[in-house]
Amino acid sequence: MTDQVTEQMTRPTAPATRFAVPGRIGVSEQTASVWRTATLTEIRRETPRVSTFRFAVPGWPGHLPGQHLMVRLVAEDGYTAQRHYSIASPPDDSGHIELTLDHVRDGEVSGWFHTAARPGDRIEMRGPLSGFFAWPGDRPALLLGAGSGVVPLMSMVRHHRARNLTLPLRLLVSARSPEDLVYADEYGPETTPVFTRTAPEGVAVGRMAAEHVAPLLAEQPPGGWEAYVCGSNSFAEHASRLLVAAGQPVERIRIERFG
Amino acid sequence: MNITRGFTGRPRVHNPGLPPGQYDARDEWPVLSAEVTPDLAPEDWTFRIDGLVAEPRTWDWEQAHALPADAYEGDIHCVTGWSKFGVRFGGVSLDAFLEQVRPLPSATHVVAYAHTGYTANLPLADVTGGRAWIVWEYDGEPLPAEHGGPARLIVPHLYFWKSAKWIAGLRLLDHDEPGFWEGNGYHARGNPWEEQRYSGD
Repeated sequence: MTDQVTEQMTRPTAPATRFAVPGRIGVSEQTASVWRTATLTEIRRETPRVSTFRFAVPGWPGHLPGQHLMVRLVAEDGYTAQRHYSIASPPDDSGHIELTLDHVRDGEVSGWFHTAARPGDRIEMRGPLSGFFAWPGDRPALLLGAGSGVVPLMSMVRHHRARNLTLPLRLLVSARSPEDLVYADEYGPETTPVFTRTAPEGVAVGRMAAEHVAPLLAEQPPGGWEAYVCGSNSFAEHASRLLVAAGQPVERIRIERFG
Repeated sequence: MNITRGFTGRPRVHNPGLPPGQYDARDEWPVLSAEVTPDLAPEDWTFRIDGLVAEPRTWDWEQAHALPADAYEGDIHCVTGWSKFGVRFGGVSLDAFLEQVRPLPSATHVVAYAHTGYTANLPLADVTGGRAWIVWEYDGEPLPAEHGGPARLIVPHLYFWKSAKWIAGLRLLDHDEPGFWEGNGYHARGNPWEEQRYSGD
């Protein structure tokens, strides 16, 4: 007995992951490894380069805002291409999920979506994947996105609205111009758009800056903000530095970078 | 698998170096870290090995550089789907560090941890025998911070999330414990040739 206790006390264990709470949600092994057939039901244009694709997914196990999934396209000779995409829709969407995709130049998969896909097409998907960037609606959320990096953040905004959550949630979204702002009609008082090339009259043009971030960190909600940053690597580096400079603790910044 | 109507895909290239489900990223090297890139100067960098070893020890930048130089030239594979061919990393073989601390026979696994707090678990056998390095150079230049500089672990025969950036240490254990991504649904080992992406694959 004594020996056992001694052994347990001296037996080394793994160091804890420090910078963010790991394993926020249990990810079911089965959920992640099963490929499901999804039927495209609707395509909506958001901007000249971005469209939303709505799918019926029988057996979809549900997801949390911020999670992503893996899509697989299969050619006639059996060749496959798979990509990770963030889920745009909130969890409560009656067996449907939505993806909002950039038309990437020479994009093998996004090219198919933007030029060939039409309602009735069937593709394969697995997920939801990864709990790290998920927001279950359990704490105040400060969201910073650029371009289609706003997609997983929009799932959080939509969830916040659909559930009438009263927890503070703020979104800073960067776009090149008003025409490039994804989901432009859906934003409410929780959102501040930042335009980097052209802006509506009376709105400044420029990169996201300390002046956008500082006021949000000045109004600290109880328990502080959980920050979520999504976009290109250069945006993620820039935005996360702004957050750190404004006093947001590094271990409460979650980053999802394209790539 | 169901055929996707109208999908042809990229021109087929026969590349025996490409694991299943991967594509060639060519000149791209995407950055996918989930945390804030730390400001870590070489003089503040340390690397420690402890746990089930005869003599735990910490190396600083100069002490690590005093070990025999070694390099990895080959391919790397990311779980998100890209592979990168013919990369060149310079540093020191992990074997040279382990030789000095002498792992105990009971050690079976390691947890690699970063100066940010990131963690990744690996079987000890995957980081010994010339299969893992601590590196500080990429293509002859200092490793950029966003790619893990000043120094990172590389274990190139596994998916690259195992190759912890901003490496701070290894702890040797007598059991397997999930690291950061492994606790978020990713596979415990991550062998790209068996497409071990997610837990259950």
